Amino acid sequence: MAEPKRNYSIIGPESKRAQERGLASAEWYTSPIPRAKMKELMKRRNGPAIRDTIIWFGGLVILGYLAYLSWGTWWAIPAFLAYGVLYATPGDSRWHECGHGTAFKTPWMNEVMYQIASFMVLRSATPWRWSHARHHTDTIIVGRDPEIITERPPIWKILLLEIFHLYGGPNEIRRFFLHTVGRMGEEEKEYIPESQFRKVYWEARVYLLIILAIAGACVYAGSILPAMFVFLPSFYGAAVVITFGVTQHLGLYEDVLDHRLNSRTIYMNPLLRFLYWNMNYHVEHHMFPMVPYHALPKLHEEMKPDCPAARPSLWAALKEVVSALLKQKKDPAYVVVKPLPPTARPYMYGIEHNLDIKVQA
Amino acid sequence: MSDTQWVAACGVEDIEEEDVIRFDHGDRTFAIYRTDKGDWHASDGFCTHERFHLSNGLVMGSVIECPKHNGRFDIVTGAAKRAPVCVDLKKYPVKIEGDTVYIQI
Repeated sequence: MAEPKRNYSIIGPESKRAQERGLASAEWYTSPIPRAKMKELMKRRNGPAIRDTIIWFGGLVILGYLAYLSWGTWWAIPAFLAYGVLYATPGDSRWHECGHGTAFKTPWMNEVMYQIASFMVLRSATPWRWSHARHHTDTIIVGRDPEIITERPPIWKILLLEIFHLYGGPNEIRRFFLHTVGRMGEEEKEYIPESQFRKVYWEARVYLLIILAIAGACVYAGSILPAMFVFLPSFYGAAVVITFGVTQHLGLYEDVLDHRLNSRTIYMNPLLRFLYWNMNYHVEHHMFPMVPYHALPKLHEEMKPDCPAARPSLWAALKEVVSALLKQKKDPAYVVVKPLPPTARPYMYGIEHNLDIKVQA
Repeated sequence: MSDTQWVAACGVEDIEEEDVIRFDHGDRTFAIYRTDKGDWHASDGFCTHERFHLSNGLVMGSVIECPKHNGRFDIVTGAAKRAPVCVDLKKYPVKIEGDTVYIQI
């Protein structure tokens, strides 16, 4: 008999089940890296992030100016597409790295960039900080992780809508309104401590004021052009965000305590790594989140003997994801698992699986 | 009479400046720190946010960062400095006698 469809809500029965099975707030596998090496890798620097931020905002000014000049012509389509991708993609990765507080050495720089980037990708800063902390505690544990993009079998509609952020975006705006009037979602109460609620409400009010100001500018100008530079790029520039996002965990194991089984490391070219701030080293990031983005390639070299081979390209990773999702549509238990090198320690599954898992070696 | 006692935790050579090690005593676990100024401190071993041991974290000056969620504590006061950490860390007195680091627990 087929397994019943699982409930991915973090306030549903799967949450209790994960706790009973010892999967919640559990101890995860870590690769053996000498302490001296880890200390070297964890070291914080301001230089790389300041350099990358100047390049990023410089690029936005240049592309924004070209897009402005092209407004009213067909050239506006590629120009705004390029601007939108440069707005949303690093917006997402800077949100992520600065949320961890590792991108810059100076704490206030991380915080300022985190707040700016949170607005750029339309994520409430404080709720998402806590949601992401939970994602790291219980990575892809069903009923515990609020950041699972889609369940099994996959919901294609979510993935397709996310190309223009039309699933997450409206949800976030709904949450802004809820927070503005001093209310918190039931799922959010599960991972955001009450002491943070007030901060959440005020952040939402600031976000809504900014959105209203942009709307006002559009009315005043009699054009949507102001919103094309701030707010709308979170939607029309989102394609690369979801492209990167689906490669992180989809098609891999759920409910395991080893990031080598539920996360994917991918080799990417320097341009994509700049946009993504090295989050293509995703196994490494999850196993050692205190290592800043600029040290992840070195961490990857240290972990290589203990990890499955990295996917050779973004394209290869996407093919693997789509193929796995297609198979999961018919067989939700299907997962991709890659063989470990002889130098690696065995995978730590963490629990006895009662699923009939079919693996692709 | 006080219930506390001084317990030998480690040697002074066991921790570099700006570093932390783990010390287990009975069923309890602690983190012993040395700041960038060379002074010694001790606290509960686990982060107050989730049960992850701080001895795998990063000491920056007089701040310890949790290895799992990057929450931060002031090593000197135990104060929570950065989310997701909200609850202060319990500290323990430390003394050095000869080459040994003692903590009062």
